[in-house]
Amino acid sequence: LFSLSIKNMRLSQLEVGETGIVKEFTDLEMSVKLMEMGCLPGEQITVSRIAPLGDPIAIHVSGYQLSLRRKEASTIILQ
Amino acid sequence: VDADLKVALVGNPNTGKSTLFNVLTGLNQKIGNFPGVTVDKKTGFCDLPDGRRAEIIDLPGTYSLYPKSRDESIVFSVLADKANPLRPDLVVVILDASNLKRNLLLYTQVADLKLPVIVALNMMDLAKKSGITIDVNAFAQKLGVPVVPISARKIEGIDQLKSAISYANKIALQEDTIDVESLAPQLITQISREIEVENPYYALQLAHQHETLKFLSPVQSNRIEELEQEFSFHSQKAQATETIARYSFINDLLYDTVKKNETAQEENISNKIDKILTHRVFGFVIFFAILLFIFQSIFAWSAYPMELIADFFVWAQTSLHAVLPAGPLVSLVVDGVLGGLSGVMVFIPQIAILFGFISILEDTGYMSRVTFMMDRLMRKVGLNGKSVVPLIGGFACAVPSIMSTRTIENWKDRMITIMVTPLVTCSARLPIYTLLIALVVPNRNIWWIFNLQGLVLTCMYLFSLVSAVTVAFVMKFLLKSRERGYFIMELPVYRMPRWKNVGQDMYNRAKAFVLQAGKVIVAVSVILWVLASYGPGNRFERIEQKYKQPQYTQHMNADDLRHAVASEKLENSYAGVLGHTIEPVIRPLGFDWKIGIALITSFAAREVFVGTMATIYSVEGDAEKMESVQQKMHTAKRPDGQPVFTVAVAFSLMMFYAFAMQCASTMAVVYRETKSWRWPVSQFVYMTGLAYIVSFATYHLLR
Repeated sequence: LFSLSIKNMRLSQLEVGETGIVKEFTDLEMSVKLMEMGCLPGEQITVSRIAPLGDPIAIHVSGYQLSLRRKEASTIILQ
Repeated sequence: VDADLKVALVGNPNTGKSTLFNVLTGLNQKIGNFPGVTVDKKTGFCDLPDGRRAEIIDLPGTYSLYPKSRDESIVFSVLADKANPLRPDLVVVILDASNLKRNLLLYTQVADLKLPVIVALNMMDLAKKSGITIDVNAFAQKLGVPVVPISARKIEGIDQLKSAISYANKIALQEDTIDVESLAPQLITQISREIEVENPYYALQLAHQHETLKFLSPVQSNRIEELEQEFSFHSQKAQATETIARYSFINDLLYDTVKKNETAQEENISNKIDKILTHRVFGFVIFFAILLFIFQSIFAWSAYPMELIADFFVWAQTSLHAVLPAGPLVSLVVDGVLGGLSGVMVFIPQIAILFGFISILEDTGYMSRVTFMMDRLMRKVGLNGKSVVPLIGGFACAVPSIMSTRTIENWKDRMITIMVTPLVTCSARLPIYTLLIALVVPNRNIWWIFNLQGLVLTCMYLFSLVSAVTVAFVMKFLLKSRERGYFIMELPVYRMPRWKNVGQDMYNRAKAFVLQAGKVIVAVSVILWVLASYGPGNRFERIEQKYKQPQYTQHMNADDLRHAVASEKLENSYAGVLGHTIEPVIRPLGFDWKIGIALITSFAAREVFVGTMATIYSVEGDAEKMESVQQKMHTAKRPDGQPVFTVAVAFSLMMFYAFAMQCASTMAVVYRETKSWRWPVSQFVYMTGLAYIVSFATYHLLR
């Protein structure tokens, strides 16, 4: 579940409007917090907007809107 | 105390929990503190249909029983600790029906603690609008608990909820959600046996949280730590596995009971609003326009009520002096206490308006967008997007704002926010600025619409933000931290503000302010009055004797004579001696010993300044001729005949108040929040030092 992979897309690489499905996380501590907020493996995530200064980003997940920093989004690997 | 039943409200943030609490308890509520911690505890009473009375306790909103902040850690302590006097007989879990999945995580955790539970399914109307249909009966059956659909905003389903509360079982009947024991089988068994807990999930939570739980003894906590080592328990891994298991239960549950129509309408409206409000350019323009509007309104709307309050006190003082016989006690009450009180009461309108706006910004969901927009900028200066809320709140009062920094998870970000928040122009500085600006800035318009006085005031506000940010930037390099910061935050759907909540908020905050500040001010006024009315040794007698000599009585009329006596007495009183003692230190800033007295008393609370000025000038002045403080200060003269309050002195004084740490309540709250005197003391030193330097520079530049 927690492995580092280079091939796969990260959440931080998605543009506004693009969608991906969570595959795994690169960071255990962050993953615990993200999963509590509904970002689980298998869950669909859509990037809904980016803050005016380019960071953080807002995503649509589990039926609501969540904001997180790019650095945090980069710990989420998509399928 | 006389409740038959204790009911706790538990739920995620933004689920309408506080609205439900208000609906259930009406005005019958009390705000206090949880024992030992400074977390707001809201309790109230609710009459049930069977004639019993329930005490409702509103627990802080949280996404999970694993706390990310101190507020959130209260929830588990209250629910789990059997010795806790607040431990409820029944838990009402509030779920946002339009956002069930994430809301259910907390439900499953609470349910596994095996307390009697009822589910209140809030925002059913919103869910329906966004195309969600919930089979409530099937849902209730799967969970094994009563489920009551409600709309707290529209006050629908409340009677049903009340009867569900009164008919609720005394024992927990809910279905298990996950196989808790399989998460750490031996550890749970061992903890259950040694610490004597029956519930396996409670035992597991103890394993996770034992380091921070106050109700565990150090022996128990150490034993749990040993057991964790023995069974090689890894808290984060166990938590990850648990969360995945819970969501898998939730997904199965929702698959069977909830149907979703894909065209989500409400969502789209929120999205459209976000496109404008968080727009690259308009986002910031709108934010600053809102801030400007708020400040303009604070002054425009409060002017009239403030004048009424001030007039009332002048009237009360004048008529009391007319009715009551002159004497030290009457003088103490009328000049000391009433004079000081009028200083606080005058700001009720401004505080109420400011808190009203902040409440609206939070209620609508706009505040979290501001956080979202500002995070990057704030991070550059060593703060955090979430620091915006305390900083804006700082315009009202630093005390609740410093308490609100608890939402900032990162230690360094939080400390910097706490350190700079008192620099923001709080409402206690407002009367000082208003008074001094009115003294030296002409009241006329420039460029047709901008009032010059208002403009200077706006500059003082902007200046305070700039100084807060600058200090934060410097502290970014001074503070060391190993901890990493994160910023995972819900952006709630935009909602109309609940006007009742806003009104209640305004009322509660204004009341708390008057009670808290009022106590300090009355105390300070009394002490000050005593200090100003009595002097060391026989100085007063000597003065009286001196003016009885023919050289005075023959050459001065009665009024002048009385004035001379009063003036010399004040100078020789304890307060005068105190003022004279510090005069050499403050003279470079342009202040005389009378201002010195006001500065000293202001270290209790800034708002004391106006009251002190009033007391000092009324002790000296004529009791029968009550004038406003402003008039008195305007006519005040130095011994050489020059006016005391020149432009240079007024601005130097404003700068001093802008920077100096003159608020005992803030220092106390910083101590409580940081649990160390290091922080309030260094805050006091840096702020007051800055105040001296900036005042000195201002005075010498403008002179």
